[in-house]
Amino acid sequence: MSKNFLAGKAELNQQIDARVSAYFSSCVHCGLCAEACLFYTETDDPRYTPIYKLEPMRRLWREEHTFWGKLAVKLGLAKSLTEQDFADWEELVYDSCTVCGRCSMVCPVGNDLAYMFRKQREGFSKAGYAPDGLKAATDRALTIGSPMGVTLHTLKATLKHVERSTGLSIPIDKKGADYMTLFSSMEIVNFPEYIESIARIFDAADVSWTISSTAFEATNSGIQIGSKEAAAEIVNRVVTAAEDLGVKHVISPECGHAYTAIRWEGPNLIGRSYPFKVIHILELLDQLHREGRLKLSGTTDIPLTFHDPCQIVRRGGVVEPPRNLLHVVASDFVEMRDHGDMNWCCGGGGGVSANERAEELRVKVFDRKKQQLDELGVTTMVTACANCRLVLEEGLEHNDMLMDIIGLSELVAEHLSE
Amino acid sequence: MIAQFIDGPLWYFSSIVFVLGVLYRIFLIIKAGVKPDLAVPRQNGTFGAVRTMFSRFVPRRDIAKRGRLQVVAGYMFHLGLFVLLFFAKPHVDFFAERVTGVGWTPVPYWVFIVSAELAFAGLLLLWLYRLMHPVTRLLSSTGDHVGTGLVFLVMLSGCLALAHSFEALRLTHLLLAEMLLIYFPFSNLMHAFTFIFSRGFTGALMARKGINA
Repeated sequence: MSKNFLAGKAELNQQIDARVSAYFSSCVHCGLCAEACLFYTETDDPRYTPIYKLEPMRRLWREEHTFWGKLAVKLGLAKSLTEQDFADWEELVYDSCTVCGRCSMVCPVGNDLAYMFRKQREGFSKAGYAPDGLKAATDRALTIGSPMGVTLHTLKATLKHVERSTGLSIPIDKKGADYMTLFSSMEIVNFPEYIESIARIFDAADVSWTISSTAFEATNSGIQIGSKEAAAEIVNRVVTAAEDLGVKHVISPECGHAYTAIRWEGPNLIGRSYPFKVIHILELLDQLHREGRLKLSGTTDIPLTFHDPCQIVRRGGVVEPPRNLLHVVASDFVEMRDHGDMNWCCGGGGGVSANERAEELRVKVFDRKKQQLDELGVTTMVTACANCRLVLEEGLEHNDMLMDIIGLSELVAEHLSE
Repeated sequence: MIAQFIDGPLWYFSSIVFVLGVLYRIFLIIKAGVKPDLAVPRQNGTFGAVRTMFSRFVPRRDIAKRGRLQVVAGYMFHLGLFVLLFFAKPHVDFFAERVTGVGWTPVPYWVFIVSAELAFAGLLLLWLYRLMHPVTRLLSSTGDHVGTGLVFLVMLSGCLALAHSFEALRLTHLLLAEMLLIYFPFSNLMHAFTFIFSRGFTGALMARKGINA
């Protein structure tokens, strides 16, 4: 029995709170959660049933928190949780779950399975049973400051391009600004058009904003791998920078887990409330438009739909702002049959896209999104998460589907009034 | 002698095990504790908790379609059992005499029959599904089958006792009900109580984020 395993088991046990106890006490093994999970619906493999993926945590709960479980282990009638269980379940815990939380919305007894997945990963990560790709990303986030290895030099190089193409000056470390904005590495490297778009929008809406040179990265690999220590450190960097600059708001970018990390988990990770507010970029754009500061003109008549990023919409509560904005700038916006808080995940959230081992499965489960898009027959998909966007682009490519994908902030920027 | 034991000491023993067992399980949940949420909420969590306790009685459209058999059978069983347990005349008399001290209006005999048929059909469908579907077969434990089997036997003996009015059948029914009461707190039949916590916790957590769960 390794030292890491014991630490992982102890961590997993620590994660069992009243919620988890109530959830396992209530589960009647009906399996309805499977019907909400794209890893099951697209493969018919019963091992991908959400509650089954939580079996190690359930065993530990039974062993440590129930009378029968304790007795059964003592009498040798039931097996204690073993290191082999961690090894056997690692793939189910990390490769076949994006922590999208769709299962949490359908459980008849009300179990929030995504909450339990997040907690189970704490134990697995501590025991060392996590995918190499996620481990490396977390290491880079802690040592370099970004899971993709993006440095301040990389950001500055990107910003130079943005300044050249927009003719605007991008404020860095401006004390007392109203808003401090964060970016995900993917936006800096793959989608700099997002940065360009918000620079143009903020200029048009006369928003006082800045970027921090010490904390510009929004992605939080600690949340994805399940390491509260790493997650807290990444959140702390942002909080310290925002406090140093004295900003009133921190803007979470078009990145799902970044929003969950900074908005919902952050204060709990660092053990205190923030002296500033966290706002998602879509909430801010919607607010600026409603206040009349963001003036938009013209609409696109291309048939388009919106892919809801799970952590921003279902797990984040930003449901209406993207729709409000889309109704302003698109005349032929249509919803997928399951949308909003019941959307289907792209298949690459929760660190799955950073996990090379999961690629084949991720491509397979994209079939669900393909079916949704085929039903609509649109030619453009709008989304608000750089990770979703990359995963969706790969899925479309793999299935030879001709479809454009655009970030919602970009679409809004295209309709700025002159 | 056996009849007196079933009617007397065993009834009191099983009732005490049931009450204390259920309270102990609930105590274990509360004892595990929940850390306060420091994130600024969008909405009040308490309202969300109450809302989800009721809203989860209605399945989401997608699940109502994909899991139609389980949803329909689940409703049949639970509604049928609820009527049988609390509104069948012998049960109303039993509660009035031994538990509550006061009675209430029982359902007519034909309602009892319909409820029993619904409950039996629902339970058997759910059990068959549990045995045959790859997902539920993988998830199901011995405890799930013991619980289902005990409920089935209690219902069967109860219907037979009412139909034939034999004392032996009544005692068999009571004995099985007492076994069920003893087994209840140690099994996931506890969901009859803990679902309130599960739905409440999830409803509150999600409402704080602005989502109606």
